[in-house]
Amino acid sequence: MAVATGELARPRTGAAARKGRMDTALQILAYVVLTLVALLMFFPFIFSVTTSLKTQAEANRLLSLRGLFWPEQITFDAYRKVFEADIERWFFNSAFVAAIWIIGRAFTATTAGYAFARMQFPGKNILFLMVLSTMMIPGMVTIVPKFLILNELKLINTYGALTLPFLADAFGIFLMKQFFESIPTELEEAARVDGASRYRMFGEIILPNAMPGLIALSIFSFQASWNAFLEPLIFISKPALYTLPLGLAYFRQSNYTEWPTMMAIAVITTVPIAIFYLIFQRWFVEGQVSSGIKG
Amino acid sequence: MAVALARPRPSRNPIVAEDRRAGWVFILPAMAIFIVFVFGAILFSFYVSLHNYSLLSRGGAWQIFVHPGRTWVGLDNYRDILSSDDFWLAFRNTAWYALGVVPAQTFFGLVLAVLANRKIRGRTFFRTAFYFPAISSSVVISIIFLWMYSARGPINYVLRELGFPTPRPVWLANPNGIFAMLLHELGIEHVSVWLEGPSVALLSIMMLNVWTTTGTMMVIYLAGLQNIPGDVYEAAAIDGATRFQMFRDITIPMLRPVTAFVVTVGLIGTFQVFDQIWVMSEGGPAKKTTTIAYLVYVEGFRQGRGFGYASAIAVILFLIILALYFMQRRLTAQDYQM
Repeated sequence: MAVATGELARPRTGAAARKGRMDTALQILAYVVLTLVALLMFFPFIFSVTTSLKTQAEANRLLSLRGLFWPEQITFDAYRKVFEADIERWFFNSAFVAAIWIIGRAFTATTAGYAFARMQFPGKNILFLMVLSTMMIPGMVTIVPKFLILNELKLINTYGALTLPFLADAFGIFLMKQFFESIPTELEEAARVDGASRYRMFGEIILPNAMPGLIALSIFSFQASWNAFLEPLIFISKPALYTLPLGLAYFRQSNYTEWPTMMAIAVITTVPIAIFYLIFQRWFVEGQVSSGIKG
Repeated sequence: MAVALARPRPSRNPIVAEDRRAGWVFILPAMAIFIVFVFGAILFSFYVSLHNYSLLSRGGAWQIFVHPGRTWVGLDNYRDILSSDDFWLAFRNTAWYALGVVPAQTFFGLVLAVLANRKIRGRTFFRTAFYFPAISSSVVISIIFLWMYSARGPINYVLRELGFPTPRPVWLANPNGIFAMLLHELGIEHVSVWLEGPSVALLSIMMLNVWTTTGTMMVIYLAGLQNIPGDVYEAAAIDGATRFQMFRDITIPMLRPVTAFVVTVGLIGTFQVFDQIWVMSEGGPAKKTTTIAYLVYVEGFRQGRGFGYASAIAVILFLIILALYFMQRRLTAQDYQM
């Protein structure tokens, strides 16, 4: 008996051991590949920080391995220079514009999202489909008419051009609709028995419960506005209205080889979004999964 | 696309009548913006594309509505575009761009997602790291890569240290098609422009794009992988399937809708690439990085042929994306039938 069991068991343990070895090998391979790719993703950002701390003379010299990761002589000259380039103005513009986008989209997306989630009204389905289908239209396709409309409204070279066309977006409406559909309807039904109108329900029941959805929406709005480039480029030519990406892009055109200063602007542009990202990592990623389109 | 269509539910809701009005009131703020800057802009785009119109020469845009006859040219812009070398060069550049970037980012995204989906420590860390480029400013990334590709930048440094030659002229200044260069080495000259391949300059921007978006694709694939029920694998394991068989016969087929989504998103993304080109190459050298989207910008806003002509290119770009979208949907629909 004992022998027979042993005979039967041996091949199985052999296979299990092979599988176990294979598992370990795959596990090690996974770690190695993932770590290498993570380094590949981080290196450019690390290089931008080290370059921003170099003197112009060192940045002009041929690279060395050590120089990639650590400056010979750490200097904050570049950061001093960016203030001469008026970066505090660009930073203010970016932050101000982001705040308007966040508030505007929070308003339009919660109201429209709630209507699409809960109410029946004529034209609802076709309208929602139309709104959704605009998600796949590139910004470049409508840039000419947007420019012409803003020009007619005398908004070119104003904060209006940087904000007004962006106060509503399809993804935000979609996100809030999905969110409201996940809230149970009991509270609204109870309110209805008390004779509450839709407007009261929205203000007293829906909005107080909308925080998670609003956070996700705000993060997405912040990211989209902070990184926007095409529209500011077309709508703005006054330096006093430059946002950070626009300021950086134009700075490069007139200061072709001032790498430390350019990298300093790049770092200052990246830090706020990096902090946001580390705090709200989960929302960023989930927002991406449900939209799939980089705003 | 994750489209959840709202279906009218039969209801004995006492405020149905109120909703018929309230619904419109609630969507009004969003619709006001949409009607002017999205729906209206799309229609306006078609209309302008039928005119020979630029702001400086003709005054305000209302002119083309009040006196359409003065600027009306019918389909002339489209005819001019389709017979212009610039457009077809931009078309080739864009097509090479998409053909290179979409498969690469889809493949790497899938591989990384499968690796990161294992039971490993620090999964959140890896996901955070891979996705970070996707949330960063495109201008910032372009500036960093400009420096990395520069003559004395780290990419050439690493190639030199490893004993590889660097392309001459260096990366972003190099207008030579990569297949033409390869064929030249083999002694074949005068290749058709359609087979030259992307220029080294365009390839440099393509590699940046893969670097930026692979993380996005990985995150989407990860969500898809987590939706595959574990018992399918358990059943296959009992039947004695190997890991590779499971990957080929379970993971890949179950991920097919996700792949369709990733490819669609990738195509839409690559067909609108603009920021990187404006910052890194301004369409050059020799227009070899001028994409269709960049051509819209040049013709419309950089002493080009004006808004009508630029809008017509934009409409063509829109139609190409629409065609790709429906093609992809058809292909996936056939998959399901099989």
